[in-house]
Amino acid sequence: MNLMNVVEKEYAVTNNFPEFKAGDTITVHYKITEGNKTRIQQFKGTVLQIKGSNHTQTFTVRKMSGSIGVERIFPIASPFIEKIDVNKRGRVRRARIFYFRERTGKSARIKERKY
Amino acid sequence: MQGLIGKKVGMTSVFDEDGKNIPCTVIEAGPCVVTQVKTEDKDGYNALQLGYGDKKEKNSTKAELGHFKKAKTTPKKMVVEFTGFTGGEYKTGDVLDVNLFDDDTWLDVRGWSKGKGFQGVVKRHGFRGVGDQTHGQHNRERSPGSLGASSYPSRVFKGMRMAGRTGNNKVMAISLRVMKLIPDSNLLIVKGSVPGPKGGYLIISK
Repeated sequence: MNLMNVVEKEYAVTNNFPEFKAGDTITVHYKITEGNKTRIQQFKGTVLQIKGSNHTQTFTVRKMSGSIGVERIFPIASPFIEKIDVNKRGRVRRARIFYFRERTGKSARIKERKY
Repeated sequence: MQGLIGKKVGMTSVFDEDGKNIPCTVIEAGPCVVTQVKTEDKDGYNALQLGYGDKKEKNSTKAELGHFKKAKTTPKKMVVEFTGFTGGEYKTGDVLDVNLFDDDTWLDVRGWSKGKGFQGVVKRHGFRGVGDQTHGQHNRERSPGSLGASSYPSRVFKGMRMAGRTGNNKVMAISLRVMKLIPDSNLLIVKGSVPGPKGGYLIISK
């Protein structure tokens, strides 16, 4: 694995996104190119999991669009992510909160983490 | 066909300039030692014999030891001949590294695929199996079906595809784009996958 570390160093992620964990509510500002126009779309939701390491790391964000749940997986090294805002820090006991998918309404609340 | 011997390190993915996520394989290409120079006059053809990967002296035959001693190097695990080095620019004992390749070119990579053991026809030859669990199919979901007709030819034709040892074949992945070279640690990153397990030996040619 030693040589793999060399590759990871070569492709090290340089963007300065804030640290976030599963349970946090974040807004991902995502660049979208339509024809020759570029606009920025915001995707706000709860982080379900962070997967992988280094430049191949991805994170899953879930939001409720009306009554339909929408999940998006973003690669952390994607050049299309303009910035990430952390709106709320959530207190969860797990690193991957897949149980959150079954929750709706009152039970789909996550307590805020206070420092 | 110029080339090097290497080893598969692993796979990763990188974003290219268009923002596409490209699956990539990391290969340790070289350093390879020239163990013999074959010439038109002496051997009837021009070629370079390259060696890669150290092996223990106690695991080498005396003939091998003598051969590698001539090139003033340690015994090598893998020895491959490459034609295409026509000029007399290399002599025995020279070391070739990943700088032989250029960025943003295309390479062919040969290797040995992963061994899968004794497998049935569905995995080995892509048969579809019976396709049904009911309608009288007692225990033959993945069976090959008929092997041929009856009284004529009264035999099974040669080369009929059947179950057997699968994998561990010599496989060539052609036209892989070089994404990046890291000469400091002899690493080569190509687009796509290459045959074999991590640590498997590969023959990389231009």
